[in-house]
Amino acid sequence: MTGSLLLEIDELRLGYETGRGVARVLDGVSLSIGRGRIMGLVGESGCGKTTLARAVLGILAANANIESGGIRFDGEDLLGMDRRRFQREIKGRRISFIPQDPYGAFNPLFRVGDQIMELMKWKSPRRAPGEKGLGALMTPYPRARKKADREEALRRLEEVQIPDPERAFGKLPGEFSGGQRQRLMIAMALMTEPDLIIADEPTTALDVTIQAQILKLIKGLGATHGVSVLLTTHDLGTAYEICDDITVMYAGQEVEIAPVETFFAQPRHPYTVRLLESLPAPGREIHEIAGEIPSLVEPPSGCRFHPRCERAKDVCRASRPPVSGALHRFRCFDPVPVPGDVEVPG
Amino acid sequence: MTRAAPLLAVRQLRRHFPVRNAFGMLTGAIRALDDVTLDVRPGETLGIVGESGCGKSTLGKTLAGIHEPDAGQIVFEGEDISQLRGGARGSVTQRLQYIHQDSGNALDPRWKIGRSLDEPLAIHTNLTRAERGERVREILAAVGLPRGHLDLYPHEISGGQQRRVGLARILTLQPRLVILDEPTSGLDVSVQAMVLKLLRDLQERFELTYLFISHDLSVVRVMCDRVGVMYLGRFVELAATEDLFARPRHPYARSLLSAIPQIGGRRVTDTFALEGEPPNAAQLPSGCRFRPRCPLAAAVCEVREPELEPVGEGHSAACHFADGAGESR
Repeated sequence: MTGSLLLEIDELRLGYETGRGVARVLDGVSLSIGRGRIMGLVGESGCGKTTLARAVLGILAANANIESGGIRFDGEDLLGMDRRRFQREIKGRRISFIPQDPYGAFNPLFRVGDQIMELMKWKSPRRAPGEKGLGALMTPYPRARKKADREEALRRLEEVQIPDPERAFGKLPGEFSGGQRQRLMIAMALMTEPDLIIADEPTTALDVTIQAQILKLIKGLGATHGVSVLLTTHDLGTAYEICDDITVMYAGQEVEIAPVETFFAQPRHPYTVRLLESLPAPGREIHEIAGEIPSLVEPPSGCRFHPRCERAKDVCRASRPPVSGALHRFRCFDPVPVPGDVEVPG
Repeated sequence: MTRAAPLLAVRQLRRHFPVRNAFGMLTGAIRALDDVTLDVRPGETLGIVGESGCGKSTLGKTLAGIHEPDAGQIVFEGEDISQLRGGARGSVTQRLQYIHQDSGNALDPRWKIGRSLDEPLAIHTNLTRAERGERVREILAAVGLPRGHLDLYPHEISGGQQRRVGLARILTLQPRLVILDEPTSGLDVSVQAMVLKLLRDLQERFELTYLFISHDLSVVRVMCDRVGVMYLGRFVELAATEDLFARPRHPYARSLLSAIPQIGGRRVTDTFALEGEPPNAAQLPSGCRFRPRCPLAAAVCEVREPELEPVGEGHSAACHFADGAGESR
């Protein structure tokens, strides 16, 4: 056991094989999530946040190749773990998933209840380790467990405020609105009693008033169930709402990790500062970040942000900055100073 | 300037979409636009906000002539264009342009940028080839792209640059009113900042008037002079941006504004109170449309639908209690 850390990602390097060469989408990313904490993973399209989330879930595309680094979950090495054990005990069970698009995640032709029970048949926490089967079709669903699972599922639906769960079980996905479907997804992610939920842009497809309701739900349930959440989002406002800690990624590198209040009050990495400045705010000029996100097949050397950074020096081009700070970590040779605070580097 | 004749005057505009059952029989209508009245003043940016299904995109598309209105008037530059069809409508299109959500994606992948930019001019104007080339180069410079891009294909430039080309394509016709339908949705914040800045520059340079349709209230707040809030096919509140954000009168507008996350401020997840979701637009409640979700709903709301009425200088709201009852909420 490693104390209070649930997930530790250590110098993870991952590349996608493409026609033009290897796109290194994760370039030595390190981050960790404590038990019961909500970690926001923010960054722009193509920064690698979804790939990172998928690597933890073990659902990478076929052309992805983990080159080095490690992922430890509850003290165990996930990458080296026996695949069958990972399938059975971790994926979709102790690590569950809330998708971005609640419209596409259900099969529109089957009743919601059937789809929930199909999940519980395989991933229920009550499934005995010795329970085995003869392939997907021949495996029985023990009656006692099925009953217990169903009751548990109905309780979860009630918890996410689905009106009349018993009736909801018999409805088709199309009979629910987008917000309701996302509530169903959250309920399903909780049913397997996970330790970690990976939520990939869970509110992007929703309207702002529904978003507020869903974020409230995720925050509340995370706390009552003691679950850790890894939430990827491109929206800093969403991250501010519910996260305890925030990690910023840029072009496959994590550049800054900080507790939420510190993150927004005292950002140190130039990219973070520019990102916050590019948010529209009343009474302030709009600032864009000059330049464009680099190609990951031929990325810039050293700190990948250096071609767009006005503070860049020779050392930034030569090598990637090491991690500075402990609670508030950033990777920059020349961090933006915090007003009225002289920090000793180290 | 604020009292100048409106560039675009919309009166009682109605657009209903029929709802049919499995046998093709008419069973009802989705009232996407229900007697909408609106003035757009020359040179301003008028924001239209609301959630999915509130009718904001239908409004934009009906004004642009993509949908035909069922009833009502659209007076553009003093001329009623709601009944124009075919070629007559085409000549208005030059001055009243509509930009799709993803204007970069609307480019033909097999055409070079130069050809895409030339096409609208070839269709709508009588300019010679040399004059068209001149105009295209001028616009390309205005949106901040190098001349060499004329010979590239859309896939060879970045998404942000594609948006610039999409904008340039509209501007070659020198429109007066541009309807921007969700111009920043799906963009990263840094690219969004670029697009917003460009839109502002172009507005100043070409004296454009914008109808800015968006669901993103923080973007609307920095871009618009006035804002209209729509709910289920109607305006519930219309006011100067500052007034609306400082003192929203309609309970729906209040909820909507309180749902925006504000970094550094109070957290919406701690304070947000609105329950439920918008009802089916095909089965509207009696009286006020917001009544089933409204914290102030009273007997009168069930009986009579409130009209959009002035509640202050340049500020109107459609609520029986907009005058300050429930102000403490």
